[in-house]
Amino acid sequence: MSALNIKKGSTSHSAYDLRSALSEVEESHTLAVIVENEPGVLARVIGLFSGRGYNIDSLTVAEVDHTGHRSRITIVTRGTPAVIDQIEAQLSRMVPVHAVQDLTAEGPSVQRELALVKVAGRGDHRIEALRLAEIFRANVVDSTLESFVFEMTGTPEKIDAFAELMRPLGLVEIARTGVAGLKRGV
Amino acid sequence: MTKQMTGARMVIQALKDQGVEVVFGYPGGAVLPIYDEIFQQNDIRHVLVRHEQGAVHMAEGYARSTGKPGVALVTSGPGATNAVTGLTDALMDSIPIVVLTGQVPTFMIGTDGFQEADTVGITRPCTKMNWLVKDTAKLAETIHQAFHVATHGRPGPVLIDIPKDVQFATADYVPAEKAKVAHYQPRTEGDPDRIAQLVELMEQAERPILYTGGGVVNSGPRASALLRELVAETNFPITSTLMGLGSYPASGKNWVGMLGMHGLYEANLAMHGCDLMINIGARFDDRITGRVKDFSPKSKKAHIDIDPSSINKVIHVDVPILGDVTKVLEELLRQWRARGSKTDQRGLAQWWKQIDEWRAVKCLSYKPSATTIKPQYALERLEALTKGMDRYITTEVGQHQMWAAQFLGFEDPNRWMTSGGLGTMGYGLPASIGVQMAHPEALVINVAGEASWLMNMQEMGTAMQFRAPVKQFILNNERLGMVRQWQELLHGERYSSSWSESLPDFVKLAEAFGCKGIKCDRPQDLDDAIMEMLAYDGPVIFDCLVEKHENCFPMIPSGKPHNEMLLSADAEAFRSGAVLV
Repeated sequence: MSALNIKKGSTSHSAYDLRSALSEVEESHTLAVIVENEPGVLARVIGLFSGRGYNIDSLTVAEVDHTGHRSRITIVTRGTPAVIDQIEAQLSRMVPVHAVQDLTAEGPSVQRELALVKVAGRGDHRIEALRLAEIFRANVVDSTLESFVFEMTGTPEKIDAFAELMRPLGLVEIARTGVAGLKRGV
Repeated sequence: MTKQMTGARMVIQALKDQGVEVVFGYPGGAVLPIYDEIFQQNDIRHVLVRHEQGAVHMAEGYARSTGKPGVALVTSGPGATNAVTGLTDALMDSIPIVVLTGQVPTFMIGTDGFQEADTVGITRPCTKMNWLVKDTAKLAETIHQAFHVATHGRPGPVLIDIPKDVQFATADYVPAEKAKVAHYQPRTEGDPDRIAQLVELMEQAERPILYTGGGVVNSGPRASALLRELVAETNFPITSTLMGLGSYPASGKNWVGMLGMHGLYEANLAMHGCDLMINIGARFDDRITGRVKDFSPKSKKAHIDIDPSSINKVIHVDVPILGDVTKVLEELLRQWRARGSKTDQRGLAQWWKQIDEWRAVKCLSYKPSATTIKPQYALERLEALTKGMDRYITTEVGQHQMWAAQFLGFEDPNRWMTSGGLGTMGYGLPASIGVQMAHPEALVINVAGEASWLMNMQEMGTAMQFRAPVKQFILNNERLGMVRQWQELLHGERYSSSWSESLPDFVKLAEAFGCKGIKCDRPQDLDDAIMEMLAYDGPVIFDCLVEKHENCFPMIPSGKPHNEMLLSADAEAFRSGAVLV
């Protein structure tokens, strides 16, 4: 038997699976699940996670092929390599699931989230909020004399950073879509 | 040429097209249109059960003993919720069944209507797939798809929820060959390179073991035939899980017996000490592995399974082979033969010598009694007196189930129906009726404990009505034997609620149902009593009063590795400390 059981993909930096399958270290993975858009399919996928005790850090879903009735569910989850493999296997055996991609493991990917951030304040705080928004390339999509709603897209980390900066400046509330992701290249 | 018909008629037509001969069911408001159609035809037989749980277990028994999907039909609300245990049981044991449920009309869904329940919501985690059909035009196709899903890949239960207005409405019938099933085609061919890796390991192995499971049975009779060829040609020892009994004959010379928590000493030690483990259609269940950390520490492991999620779920394996057992074994044998059918014969001879030493321990021995019927003795006599008959065995869950697995020999697959994964007390009686419906001429025996048996005893009415001459062989110890055993060994002999108080007189109960009751409490009468049961042309309730405090050994307390097994003589020594889960 060959000693190297090489599986493609492990991290966004390596083409090979260099992880130990028995590692106890938890990793965050973004999974893209292509499903038949039929009633109950989302409940089935989510039920798998809750029923088997897996984590969901973020979830987005929308129909991406209206003629073929395919939806794309993007799930950010955490677990040891063995758990992540098990999640993929559990998802891929589901009847309405067409494909499962591990965007984290299968080479580089683009991952973006959209956030709406409401900040209320007057005077210097208001000016500072606008200035920071510009640095973060957030757009103002609503404005009153006492508040802004910023719209921004970016990685979850970028949105976290922006939200942290807005907190002392009058952060009121924040709405986030969760991560959408695609593999880079063809 | 498409044909217009009502949804209710479509159900019957689709079942006929799928080759269904018998439906186990119970009517109610939301399935009345379907029952009206059943009334007006003679192709499909309807077996009226006494409780919907019974219907699903009967469908399971039918499926397990034939390899064909079993079908149950129940009404909305309580009909559907009563089916949940059977669905979960079938999911855990990978039994293909199709359950049809009635539902309140589509316009009433969500209004908390009479006998409304969110059936697809409730059954989503306990089915392989389920559907709520809101449009009659999609009903026939959905039923065909359901049969496809239930029987392809890893088999399992599926459910179709059919609102009453969908049953009444009319649409074009979609025949089976036009139903879209292309999107669900699990891979069945194993990767030849992986199989080559396994062949290489087989050639080198000094201490191999074949560890087989229910997947061999599910893969069909050809899988068992191939398995027997493999064993005969390699001379490898073979063990099996509870679910896989019969794939390799118990009389076969390489058979080392069932493994697991109450498996045989030689089987468990062979698993622990092997250098190559070939898992064929089993899933490293916790009752098999014991403490995972110490499971078979020195072996290379190969795993053949059709379900990707079974591989590396519990035990990390070196050679995973995703595929159908039949196809993988065909390719495995082909490659191994092509390379000269090599094995390490000297290593194997040593290994067999070791196994024979373990066998010599005679782990199933028990203390005989001249005055009390030992449960093991009862099963030994049942085995001796029914050997060679066209026999099917079902069981309930508990000590009797483990003793049945230890003391009855199965020569062929599909002859042993038991609730393995879920451990459903109350499974055996209805399952025996399902088996008998599929095999009217065969001898069908449910080996039961009195407590389990009471859980679905209402189904004796079904057995009577449909002339299913099932033999209910109840090992009556007036205890919840397995619970009592754990309490004795692990809970300081505090027997909390583990005795059967106020038991019925089983002979009178049999008379009340109109069948035959036999009671036996003396070892010297047992043979005659069993012969009387076998000779009776009809259902029998056999009340076999056995030793009340017998424990089932060998036993691997859960959380312990295979080599820390308790044999009967050890029981006294072991009364401290361990925690079972």
